[in-house]
Amino acid sequence: MKSSNQIELAAGVFLLLGIAALVFLAVQATDGGAIGGKEPYRVTATFTNIGGLKPRSTVSMGGVRIGTVEEIALDPVTLEARVTLAIDSTYDDLPDDTSASILTSGLLGDQYVGLEPGGSPDPLADGDRILITNSAMVLEQLISKYLLNTDDTTSDD
Amino acid sequence: MSEPALQSGRILSPVRDLGRAVVFLGQALSRMRFRSGTLGETLRQTYFIGVRSLVIIMTCGFFVGLVLTLQTYDTLTRFGAGDAVSTVLALSLFRELGPVLTAILFAGRAGTSVTAEIGLMKATEQLDALELMAIDPMERIVQPRLLAGLIAVPVLTLIFNMMALAGGVAYSVFLMGIDPNVFWGTMQNNVELGRDFGAGMAKSVAFGGLAAWLAVYFGWTCRPTGEGVALATTQTVIATAISVLLLDFVLSALML
Repeated sequence: MKSSNQIELAAGVFLLLGIAALVFLAVQATDGGAIGGKEPYRVTATFTNIGGLKPRSTVSMGGVRIGTVEEIALDPVTLEARVTLAIDSTYDDLPDDTSASILTSGLLGDQYVGLEPGGSPDPLADGDRILITNSAMVLEQLISKYLLNTDDTTSDD
Repeated sequence: MSEPALQSGRILSPVRDLGRAVVFLGQALSRMRFRSGTLGETLRQTYFIGVRSLVIIMTCGFFVGLVLTLQTYDTLTRFGAGDAVSTVLALSLFRELGPVLTAILFAGRAGTSVTAEIGLMKATEQLDALELMAIDPMERIVQPRLLAGLIAVPVLTLIFNMMALAGGVAYSVFLMGIDPNVFWGTMQNNVELGRDFGAGMAKSVAFGGLAAWLAVYFGWTCRPTGEGVALATTQTVIATAISVLLLDFVLSALML
């Protein structure tokens, strides 16, 4: 039988091991590593159609992930989709004429918001609205556009 | 006993067992006292049920991670989504496999020994001896083991998850040549701290309490004979495995 001291030491080491595993898993294996960073800033963009965009989808510029989609709501007045983007505050000097498009990663992949920088000297600030937007391509609309050579899907001819 | 009474007894006895177990837990909780010796005794029990389960938890964790990665990677590459393997691995581990497998392994390794220990104490009248010395066996025997279960199972779950991820890295990064940055990056992008990892850990705390409760209960109520102790250890494993899986479904449904 081990002495009481050794047992308590082993139990203490066991608990420390657990805490170390907790920290490692939370930082290395989940999105928890990013939480320690600075508070992101938020901009909104309106789209006529967001396709399959969801909250927590990626926001990227030039292929680099710089934020996430925070909220998606329908504007009650204009009846357009209003998307709130949370952008990492490391990138706080994006020009205020940056444009936003809803793109698809790969042929059938997830949809994400791609930002394209403009040339304005003024930066986007928290609460600003992105004015130039491109909506998502909806496959059915594309097909009807090219097959029937018309944008109108109602067929009364 | 007449035939209908026998029938009703057969149906009612599991219900009565459940009620007894709940009453037992209520008594144990209501008699919780924190004295100077409580922490030391809880630590000692954490050693006995936690540290001594480390080997089986670590081995099983590593191989579960290895085989899970092997199987999912093979399936995902058929759909050209091999890079998603780390996400599938982390999500299935954190949300389900880690807490559930750890709790069941824990019942087999530590729950049985707790049941046998308390059963033997009962068979050799040590519990009565404690009571004669005006020491409350609920406080001295049951309480530290319940607390130790609550502490040890989440810690073991964390270690299980660590080892399983190590197994996943071993297979996908070292054998299949997936870039380690891609492996960890897709995982970090897709696994949420609170909803995936935190919920899994909350489950494992619940499973720890459940496993320790059942182990102590079956030891406490076993017949004080060698055969009774043997039966009680078997019951501990069966009851813990079934109730962990049931509780897992309920908790998952509530949390998602």
